[in-house]
Amino acid sequence: MAVAAEELRERPVVVEETVARRIGRAATRLPLHLMLLFIGLLWLLPTFALFMTSLMTPEDYNSFGWWKLLSKPSLATWDNYSSLWHDSDIPHALWVTLLITIGGTILPILIASLAGYAFAWLDFPGRDWLFILVIALLVVPLQMALIPVFKIYNTLGLFDTILGLVLYHTAFALPFAIFLLRNFFLGIPKDVFESARIDGASEARIFLRLVLPLGLPAIASLAIFQFLWVWNDLLVALTFGRETQPITVAIFSNVRQFGNNIELIAPASFISLAIPLAVFLAFQRYFTQGLLAGSVK
Amino acid sequence: MARAGLGAGARGRGRAARGRDERRSGQGRREAGPGRRHEFPGAPAPPSRSSRHRGRLARERRNEPAVRPGGLVDRRRAPHRGVHAFFQCIPSRTVVYPTIYTAWRSLYDRSGDNFIWFDNYKTIFTTDILVTAVKNNALWVAVVPAFVTAIGLIFGVLTEKISWSVAFKTAVFMPMAISLFAAGVIWRIMDQKEPERGTVNAMIGVVSDWVNPPGPLPSAFSASPTLTGSDSQGFTLRRPVAPGGTALMPLTGIPPEDVPAGAEQAVQPEPQSGGITGVVWRDFKPGGGTIGKVEPQELGLPGVTVELLDSGGAQVRSTTTDPDGTFAFEKLAPGAYRAKIGAQTFQAPFEGIAWLGPSLITPAAMIAYIWVWAGFAMVVIAAGLAAIPRDTLEAARTDGATEWQVFRRVTVPLLAPVLSVVFITMLINVLKVFDIILSVAPGSVQDDANVIALAMWRTSFGGVNDFGLGSAIAVFLFLLVIPILLLNVRRFRREV
Repeated sequence: MAVAAEELRERPVVVEETVARRIGRAATRLPLHLMLLFIGLLWLLPTFALFMTSLMTPEDYNSFGWWKLLSKPSLATWDNYSSLWHDSDIPHALWVTLLITIGGTILPILIASLAGYAFAWLDFPGRDWLFILVIALLVVPLQMALIPVFKIYNTLGLFDTILGLVLYHTAFALPFAIFLLRNFFLGIPKDVFESARIDGASEARIFLRLVLPLGLPAIASLAIFQFLWVWNDLLVALTFGRETQPITVAIFSNVRQFGNNIELIAPASFISLAIPLAVFLAFQRYFTQGLLAGSVK
Repeated sequence: MARAGLGAGARGRGRAARGRDERRSGQGRREAGPGRRHEFPGAPAPPSRSSRHRGRLARERRNEPAVRPGGLVDRRRAPHRGVHAFFQCIPSRTVVYPTIYTAWRSLYDRSGDNFIWFDNYKTIFTTDILVTAVKNNALWVAVVPAFVTAIGLIFGVLTEKISWSVAFKTAVFMPMAISLFAAGVIWRIMDQKEPERGTVNAMIGVVSDWVNPPGPLPSAFSASPTLTGSDSQGFTLRRPVAPGGTALMPLTGIPPEDVPAGAEQAVQPEPQSGGITGVVWRDFKPGGGTIGKVEPQELGLPGVTVELLDSGGAQVRSTTTDPDGTFAFEKLAPGAYRAKIGAQTFQAPFEGIAWLGPSLITPAAMIAYIWVWAGFAMVVIAAGLAAIPRDTLEAARTDGATEWQVFRRVTVPLLAPVLSVVFITMLINVLKVFDIILSVAPGSVQDDANVIALAMWRTSFGGVNDFGLGSAIAVFLFLLVIPILLLNVRRFRREV
């Protein structure tokens, strides 16, 4: 009885303390939240600034900052985008970029998944030496091959072609892709293959029905970052493209007169970054699901 | 992304290495990180056990060739052999041969006909533009990897304490999907010099004008020799004034649009007994007028702070002028006083930092680069943090360690492998920095912003077309990257 009475007396006090403590803790955390909110907005600001700038006429750009559009939304216009679409070489450049990116993503992944499987689970003479070679190639900077490949492409007629750009990206993607997929495939339990073989599956069937689906998480992530890499590349395209201009090069050739054609540079840059960003965000979800769902069922 | 990566680790562990601790699985994931190219942390997470497994598999292969198709296929007729060898040609043909060719070509002159030993390498260290490139690259190496790692660590630790960390991480990580070239364009827009247009300078301007509020007359100066001083000291009347006297303070150099709003015709001050009266006015009218004399069409300057100093130079009073420019100090003790227009009247507003000028272009490019890569560091480090066993941290806290001690003595040492992965990855990336310079730096300052990779490209393809020197620069870059990669390989081996 006495205990119960005490409980009754004390309980509200305890509750109040917790609430007070909770508020107190929230209050001490508040500066942290505000600071991180500020940093997060700060990180988004530059991209937002580019978008707002892309909505300004060149005259406006030369006289005031984009933030004036926030207080005066009537100043914003989509004219830059429509003239970009109708009167410039940007749409063509986008198409070229898309072709190069798709080729430069699918080809290396196709080859690397075959090679990765072979390195991981097939036995053939010289395999270890070849793999060491692949690892060694990881260290070679892109710049080392520019000059000789430039000469080779001139001889072969691959200079300034989409195929040439795709092949260069493929070659430089392969060492890392093979290395990665081989390691990933090694993680697949051996029993899976053995039981498939006992069931009479051919090598091709094992590759298509087991290795590819099981390796999907690695292949998907590889595809995403190869896509981003090729789409965002400037160096290779600048070296091996003249007429065949992907979007980065098309913008680059306009950047020389920065102040004069901002109405083209800003929207083109925004389009060029919106697409990989969208792909990245979309696939990130798929990618996470693929990883978390697990593939062995 | 971090979650995704961890998911992979956890899945691998669950399937195969169930008994192994969290940390180990985290590392398995991380090992995938340091690749040759720009890496994305979400990248490829080979199941954690793969590294551990590799040794075992190698052993198994030596003893028992059962790894090939269940012993059903003869070793020499392995079906994928030919196919495989064919595919191997692509990297070896397009990467191995060019590497050797470039090294060889670097020993020839521009035409490619004359063998000149190491003269091209000598040129790298004797030509001004190339020396600048090497120096700039050294600066990049010294500053950027450390900054990126530190920022990633700070963000990683702080996001652990908030519930909306996913949103924060997405915001900071987002620039990773943007090309460095587009990032450069963005920052070129941000870094415009005029605070009215450049976002960075506008933000600095807000703070700067708050600390040093701009005065009403930034460009004004004295109109007559009776008023001496300078913009930074303020202007003082040469002749002392006694109570009952007047102080005429003529200013000029004020463009019509800078005349403060509400200015009226200047008025000759009436002497006042026991006080000092005066006027501050724009001593200029169309046609000139007489210096030091208040005339029709000459405007008074309102809002100007006038100080009254005693003979020792100490401030006695201070007041601001009326719309007609007049001011008055009443009921003064007898003596000699000096009237002064304070320096704050002439404080110029913030004029903007020349980020895109020759001296600041490298820091400007670095800021853009850090903006892009901080997310990478944050996500990788946050994944590493999540893999640190909670009980270790709790044990330290129970023993009475402060949060700072826990961070400094427990978290950072446990994170050291992850931090070094981030640091080394950034080191390699920074050595090859290229596109961001091309887009941030205006053409006129590109020589000042030069780096090795850019110098290589410009020498070979940017008009000079000197393949000999270009090859030498490429080899030089290669030689710089190798030791870092070896370091990486060694660390990788140790962890396995």
